[in-house]
Amino acid sequence: MTGTELGFELDGEPIAFRAGQSVGAALVASGRLSWRTTRVEGRPRGIFCGIGICFDCLVVVDGRPNQRACLVAARDGMRVATQTGTGWTP
Amino acid sequence: MSRVVVVGAGIVGASCAYYAARAEWDVVVVERAQVASGTTSRGEGNLLVSDKGAGPELDLMRLSRRLWLELGDELGRDALELDEKGGLVVASTAAGLAALTAFAEGQRRAGVVADAVGDLGSVEPHIADGLAGGMFYPEDLQVQPVLAAQTLLDAAGARGAELVRGAEVLGFAAGAGADRRVGRPLGLALADGSTLEADAVVNAAGPWAGLLGDGLTAPVPVLPRRGFVLVTEPVGPMVRHKVYAADYVAAVASGEAGLQTSCVVEGTRGGTVLIGASRERVGFDDTLDPVVVRRLASAACAVFPFLREVSLLRTYRGFRPYCPDHLPVIGPDPRVPGLVHAVGHEGAGIGLAPATGHLVTAMISGALRSRRDPHSPDILDGVDARAFAPERFAAAALP
Repeated sequence: MTGTELGFELDGEPIAFRAGQSVGAALVASGRLSWRTTRVEGRPRGIFCGIGICFDCLVVVDGRPNQRACLVAARDGMRVATQTGTGWTP
Repeated sequence: MSRVVVVGAGIVGASCAYYAARAEWDVVVVERAQVASGTTSRGEGNLLVSDKGAGPELDLMRLSRRLWLELGDELGRDALELDEKGGLVVASTAAGLAALTAFAEGQRRAGVVADAVGDLGSVEPHIADGLAGGMFYPEDLQVQPVLAAQTLLDAAGARGAELVRGAEVLGFAAGAGADRRVGRPLGLALADGSTLEADAVVNAAGPWAGLLGDGLTAPVPVLPRRGFVLVTEPVGPMVRHKVYAADYVAAVASGEAGLQTSCVVEGTRGGTVLIGASRERVGFDDTLDPVVVRRLASAACAVFPFLREVSLLRTYRGFRPYCPDHLPVIGPDPRVPGLVHAVGHEGAGIGLAPATGHLVTAMISGALRSRRDPHSPDILDGVDARAFAPERFAAAALP
């Protein structure tokens, strides 16, 4: 497999990915282990189960919070943001 | 010390165990599966006075509310996640508001605090515009039911109560059923072939109480009534109270077997929003029905428009213990001396659990409607226990 020019942004930083990769896989491949903090104690979270069950790896995708990075397919040009709290602002 | 066997480790069984242990009974709780694994884990944990009209169930709930607050003091509010969140009932039409206002007037005469709310947005900032009005009930509470059941059982355990999980009561042991005289121990047959002796037995089997009643030659007309709850992603404190549509009260009171839905929305400590409520009598069929999910979601979005942009994480469903006259069955069985029912609370079992445990303990101890003492009183702490007596089904369902 060879790399391509595909990429998305995480908080403005470019992240390269291969076609078919999930956002979570691309983030792990970029060397990142956590990209969310927990709601109550602000602890770091990233991929835990990797199969959509645990809801640990949440990110904000194109403005929509609580998306599971392990399930969202990476798309060229998408804007991903790390999530703090619930991701929603009352 | 006399032994009471409580069948069922849901919130009602746990409460009965707690109050009986406090009254120095030797308590054994027998649970077929796990603590709170049935109806207790399938609801929302509401302790509502708001949905009860003046009458015996409201009296029972007002006693239970006082007992929940006492339990909060004794066992710690965090150990129950006891929250004085208050309930807001909303009406979408002028006619609905008039009916709600009349309903609340009757409740006020029975001692309930109900405050008319003109500006709903002042109570719930994210509620839809254009609703006719509502009624705020500051006395409505919430607990986390699974946590509360475990906490009550732990507290009973600290007073010597024993919990036996994975054990099923089938009925009376051979020979023990034939001669059930007052004062003789009851022999319960368990599924593993063993026998458990008891001076008193409490049927706290929730929606399975009818089946247990059959096994104990003491049928009670309790049937399962299925309900769904939807769980959203965490959104934080967007919904501050329990908020429900005024037609919920009518749906609860309906005896209709077919699907009834009404809008019930509330936030949780974890930040998720819970959306209910559906009612249908389909036996113990727990198939996920997308029609119910769609109806509940759409009604909730009409009351809280921000929910249109919020995803569901999951749904869960379970069975309420339904009784045809919508009152719980709490009292000594007239056919089997020593057997007390604590069943049929439908959707109100979490709220009514402490009062149920308190009454049942008084009953087995002879302080209230005891078969051992026919001269014992009928009324305890403002509750007339006759309204809940199994004898009320004498003509219909009791042989």
